[in-house]
Amino acid sequence: MKTLRSTDVVIIGGGWTGLLMAKELGSRTALSVVVLERGGPRKTQDYAADMDELDYFVRLHMMQDPSRETVTLRHSPSERALPIRQFGAFLPGSGIGGTGEHWGAVYPRLLPDCFELYSKTVGKYGVKKLPEGHSMQDWGITYDELEPYYARSERELGVSGKAGNLKGKKIEGGNIFEGWRSSEYPMPPVKTPYFSDLFGKATKSLGYHPFSNPVAINSEHYTNPDGMSRAACAFCGYCERLGCMIGAKAQPTNTFLPVIQKQKSVSIRTGTSVRRIVKDTAEAYGKARGVTYIDVSGEEIFQPADLVILASWTLGNNHLLLLSGIGNPYNPATGKGILGKNLTHQVSFPAAQSFLEKPLNRFMGAGGIGMRIADLEGDVLDQSNLPFIRGGIFQGHSVGYQPIAIFGSVPRSVKSRWGAEWKKASIEYYDRTGTVSFSGEQIPYKGNYIDLDPTYKDHAGDPLLRLTINWRENERKMVEYMTAKGVEIARAMGAKEINPFPGYGDYDVTRYQSTHLQGGTIMAPSPERGVVNTFLQHWQVPNLFILGASTFPNTGSANPTPTILALTYRTADAIVDRYLKNPAPLA
Amino acid sequence: MRRRQFLVLSAASIGGVLVYSLDRRASRLFAQEKSSQSLKIPLRFFTEAEALIVAAAASRIFPSDDSGPGAKEAGVVIYIDRQLAGPYGRDRYRYTQGPFVEDAPREFGYQGKATPREVYREGLKDLKGFDRLSPEEQDKQLRQIESSHFFALLRQNTIEGMFCDPMHGGNADMVGWQLIGFPGPRMSNYADVDKHYGEAFRPKPVSLQQVVGRKVRPSEDEDLK
Repeated sequence: MKTLRSTDVVIIGGGWTGLLMAKELGSRTALSVVVLERGGPRKTQDYAADMDELDYFVRLHMMQDPSRETVTLRHSPSERALPIRQFGAFLPGSGIGGTGEHWGAVYPRLLPDCFELYSKTVGKYGVKKLPEGHSMQDWGITYDELEPYYARSERELGVSGKAGNLKGKKIEGGNIFEGWRSSEYPMPPVKTPYFSDLFGKATKSLGYHPFSNPVAINSEHYTNPDGMSRAACAFCGYCERLGCMIGAKAQPTNTFLPVIQKQKSVSIRTGTSVRRIVKDTAEAYGKARGVTYIDVSGEEIFQPADLVILASWTLGNNHLLLLSGIGNPYNPATGKGILGKNLTHQVSFPAAQSFLEKPLNRFMGAGGIGMRIADLEGDVLDQSNLPFIRGGIFQGHSVGYQPIAIFGSVPRSVKSRWGAEWKKASIEYYDRTGTVSFSGEQIPYKGNYIDLDPTYKDHAGDPLLRLTINWRENERKMVEYMTAKGVEIARAMGAKEINPFPGYGDYDVTRYQSTHLQGGTIMAPSPERGVVNTFLQHWQVPNLFILGASTFPNTGSANPTPTILALTYRTADAIVDRYLKNPAPLA
Repeated sequence: MRRRQFLVLSAASIGGVLVYSLDRRASRLFAQEKSSQSLKIPLRFFTEAEALIVAAAASRIFPSDDSGPGAKEAGVVIYIDRQLAGPYGRDRYRYTQGPFVEDAPREFGYQGKATPREVYREGLKDLKGFDRLSPEEQDKQLRQIESSHFFALLRQNTIEGMFCDPMHGGNADMVGWQLIGFPGPRMSNYADVDKHYGEAFRPKPVSLQQVVGRKVRPSEDEDLK
């Protein structure tokens, strides 16, 4: 193994969090920073030639290559896990920018009570209301503490939307149920395509409060505080699962990367597969000394570093800690240990597939744009008389639809799935089908967790990560209740026929949910209950910080990226302002 | 080395196709030239007998009829032949380490060992002579294999071949896109996205090559020298 010259900081992962940390350390300190990214380099100019549904939307060419590295999954600890041979329910990224390159760019904050899920729920409904087998706990940080960091991330990425709660003042047309905001969004909402407009009008007629999805997609030309200037969105429809060829969708490569490339103290090494974080003792705790990785040529390298930042998405973060023997793996049988605990996946499903009278022109759109309602979300929804806790948001998306993915959706009155009758109906409904979709919270359970698989191996011969996860009564009841609400909305939109969602059975690896796996290296105000403190610093290895949604003790119904970036800013401040002066535990 | 196989199609059966041969030589056939002329298309994976069966089966899944052109005009069989010859066919991007649990519950996705190439080769053995049956007999035979993994692939690949960018060998002359009013990769819909509410807005389809102004290398050609 070759040993390189020591660096001050090594960052594992070149996605949203890794590059944000690199940019902050590069611009605010004199530290030498090395970013290690397993995938290849990327740039905006490459993306025009990628406007191909087959290779990118269907064959998933921007995603992690499962032939090299995947995970196994099972529904309960008594089952044998099977490998996810092709990604479906979630789509992990790889390469510079990570999933941040091909995301949908929805940019909602978490509801304030998501950070205090346990105490707020018990306070409002009592302990008896808590679902069986839950492992809910508070984060140890509040929305109020995080608000300035949310605002900072919105200015940096450029977010389009309309505030519904400016310093406590409710504003019609925005999300009046959101947590307070210190400032308006940097840009006005994006344009509203027809289907989303129908959704907005229908939900309003039902007494809900629709608003335009906040998105990190430019509604107009935008220049961020770093001076990065980007064009307005053209609604080409080749968006999620792809990078943006004009840079209108905020991505790490068009926001953070150009700043980093001017910083001499930061270097990025692509094609580097990190295998271990190396400690100074054989014990589970101690100090990190650096990392080992395999480079493009296959050579094994040791990169010593004083500070290690783990920024490898939920799967990579858990995998590297488990492989490196850092921390105490969670054991669901005894309840002991913490690493791997509280694996969650945001509830997400098409509540009502709606077959409408008029054509929708739905090839036009972008990422996560559309209208949504938050009237049934979190503590906004009174759960006293409901058979579940928590809730979520409904949306009428206009993502820009591609034909291979959506052709063939027909009302249930059409029985065939191939042949003349099916073909005719599929053509008729091709541009008349819209989906009222729902995203909600999955609460954490003692039985949903992450460890290493005893059977299956990755390209380097290391064990695959094993996910043990399933839906439970709380999610199934929520899905049932929300499906009925979604059907009401579809009716109000004038749907001729509606295919309601059939419900949640067992966790299905083939149906796309969202790329929002969370937990495993959760934060907590004490080392007994979390892997990291609220500054995302490892409780027992103080020179190791862990960034990303793996640190969330529970999901929100909101997509995680805004909270991930807000927390990363807070950690960057804590490292620059406190840790570098005194490299010790921050909490 | 396999003996080179060709699929012979009548010129009238394909819309207006730019067909790349195995040696990257293009043979162009225009829709206007509907004649008795026939076109010899070099196959990359299928034997001629297999290609005829796949073409016939794809035509029952997506028939050419009163509601518009189908798998035949789009050249679906050419698309599938190229996919199977390329990285998709050999499972380049699937996790293929064992052990394999073939009877796993549906929620775990396809857990089998066989690659798409093997699934087709095996599945086609049961359809010997299929292309010479009547449409009714063909439908009957397809209904018998409807729940197989082979049929699921065939159906999915047929839809792909109908609506993929023409550079992949299917959707010839963008007949699939014209059928449903999909315009392909347009660079901007800025002026139109919040207009045309409730009315069909159907810009003329364009292919990726037309949009970027140069040839783009599709993934199935990765293995070609």
